Amino acid sequence: MIHAYQVVVVAPYVAALVLLVIPGYRLGAITNVVASALTFAAGLWLVVSERVVSDYAIVDEFNIVFIAINTLVGFTTALFSASYIGHEIETGRLTPTLLRFYHAMFQAMMGSMNLALIANNIGLMWVGLELATLITVVMVGLYRTPQAIEAAWKYFILASVGISLAFFGTILIYLAGQPALGEGVPAMTWNLLQAAASRMDPAILDLAFIFLLIGYGTKVGLAPLHAWLPDAHAEGPTPISAVLSGLLLNVALYALLRFKMVVAGQPAALDPGPIMIVMGLVSLIFAAFMLYQRRDIKRLFAYSSIEHMGLMVFAFGMGGPLANFAGLLHMTMHSLTKSGIFFAVGHIAQAKGSQRIADIKGLSVTHPRLAVAFALAVFAISGLPPFGVFTSEFLILTTTFAREPWLALLPAFGLLIGFGALLMRLQDTIFGEPVGPAHRVDASSVPLVLHLLLVLTAGIYLPPVLVAWFQRAAELLG
Amino acid sequence: MNHAYEISHLLAGVMLVTSFALLYQQRVAAVLNTFAAQSIALALAVAWAAWSQDRPDLFITALIALTLKGIVIPVALHRTVARLGIHREVEKVVGVGVALMVGLALTGLAQALLFKVTHGTASHAREELALALSIILMGFLMMIVRRNAVTQIVGFMSMENGLILAATGARGMPLVVEVSVAFSVLIALFVFAVFVFRIRERFDTIDIEALDRMRGDRR
Repeated sequence: MIHAYQVVVVAPYVAALVLLVIPGYRLGAITNVVASALTFAAGLWLVVSERVVSDYAIVDEFNIVFIAINTLVGFTTALFSASYIGHEIETGRLTPTLLRFYHAMFQAMMGSMNLALIANNIGLMWVGLELATLITVVMVGLYRTPQAIEAAWKYFILASVGISLAFFGTILIYLAGQPALGEGVPAMTWNLLQAAASRMDPAILDLAFIFLLIGYGTKVGLAPLHAWLPDAHAEGPTPISAVLSGLLLNVALYALLRFKMVVAGQPAALDPGPIMIVMGLVSLIFAAFMLYQRRDIKRLFAYSSIEHMGLMVFAFGMGGPLANFAGLLHMTMHSLTKSGIFFAVGHIAQAKGSQRIADIKGLSVTHPRLAVAFALAVFAISGLPPFGVFTSEFLILTTTFAREPWLALLPAFGLLIGFGALLMRLQDTIFGEPVGPAHRVDASSVPLVLHLLLVLTAGIYLPPVLVAWFQRAAELLG
Repeated sequence: MNHAYEISHLLAGVMLVTSFALLYQQRVAAVLNTFAAQSIALALAVAWAAWSQDRPDLFITALIALTLKGIVIPVALHRTVARLGIHREVEKVVGVGVALMVGLALTGLAQALLFKVTHGTASHAREELALALSIILMGFLMMIVRRNAVTQIVGFMSMENGLILAATGARGMPLVVEVSVAFSVLIALFVFAVFVFRIRERFDTIDIEALDRMRGDRR
């Protein structure tokens, strides 16, 4: 009997192999969409089917949230990519061979992320994240321009160092678990580690968490370990930017949260909360100020991702059912909105032939519908009601205010700064005299509209089923 | 303490010494040879652990370390250097003296940190772990103080050597992990190789400083 979790991991890898031998890029793009749809269907099936705990796989209320987002955004990004990527061949930025490679890598990346999310083994999870990272490195360098190579190299070096430190932290967790769980596989298994947390060696746990926080924190894009993130977002193909911001950062955050759950189970070990609060706030406020100096539109939204990841890490650092719930909701909303924004940015880059904000003036004159969609997406990400991001940010701020009134001022300040920067940049791009070329946009707007509708719906009405589900996940987080 | 631990410490110590040696080599070819020596020491250390702890699965890890990192990768990098006609001299960010002093400080830090933290663990494991952490930090240092792409690769690989040593020191770590680590290192190398070629193709050099001028935000 095949279980849905196996499909979620194996289907993308099989699709990757198939895509390697499919010659035409149109057929490749269709296969990519079909495979992603299949994975998404398996993800949905997983949501409603029984939870799993085996030696190597775990599906519980917590990671199912991540898997659902991952497969959904993977599917919509494949849709977007199918209508977008043909343009890159016409403009000569990509060759058909490279595109075949791109599609195969896309699926392999989705498979690796799902592997990292489903693995019940801390080593296997590390392997999944490492593979996903290496694949995105290749994708970022896909255009082979000097800038792309610089970005990919930087990403590679920083991510490798981060992931190596995370591996050392993983070994330390194994060592800390050994007295309680013995040698071998059990001391690397999530559910057993968590159950035995109170019997683990607190001193080693402390050290392990520091290594894991620095290692996986690099992948989350926490300041001051974020240097790779803006370059990688700006120079890679736009669908990859969408997946990087919307999904890969989440997977790294997932790893960090799982380890936080283990460390929090041992009262004698350090409290991960305050460290995460500080790192989250530093990232949030730093990124908010950095937004003002950006001249490249993809770089702008990359810094916005750092800002939002900082807010999530802050919320999870606060802990407790309500803050965790708000953090999870914010993660979901951010994934949907940010990938939607990158879809819109892809449209804009095609329409204007440039990513520079200075070249994108007067969008409302040349491409009115695109301008409206883009403006709505930017409103959503900057936290204006009635979009879902407003709900989650409001929840984070109110729960913080209820517990630590003074502390709530800092995230509120960061969000306001970021809000101002985004609106300023939005004004620059939408209004003014149009400059430069105004090409027709071929890419499909369905994924963008779909994401916006989802975020809007969540902002107006959160179905009780969803609320109950997120609450259960938040409780597991402790 | 019996001789089994003394031998494993000796081999780990040899690896640490080669880490220092990596920092003061003047020529790229010598860096690659030193790295090969470190990998062979790693293979011996893992093989010794396999034999003394009676864990035959570790022989596979040792074999992978010996063939891949001891022979295949250094040879491949030697040929890359020859084919691309890269500078034969190592390009440094800081001088050898400073790098060695920092390396010494990092080693001291690693020992102090791990000995303080790991009271409860068996003594052989913590000593092995402390040596491994020193090697990891030295690899890190090497990536920072060397500008050439090939020497940065060697720094990264040397870091991975430290990780494998740490994984072996932690007794009973499942084989699946080690094999997949080896596998991902292989992929990492592939990625590295592709990039060295691309960087060379675009910039006519693999000095990373040429890359820094291409920072996207300066357009």
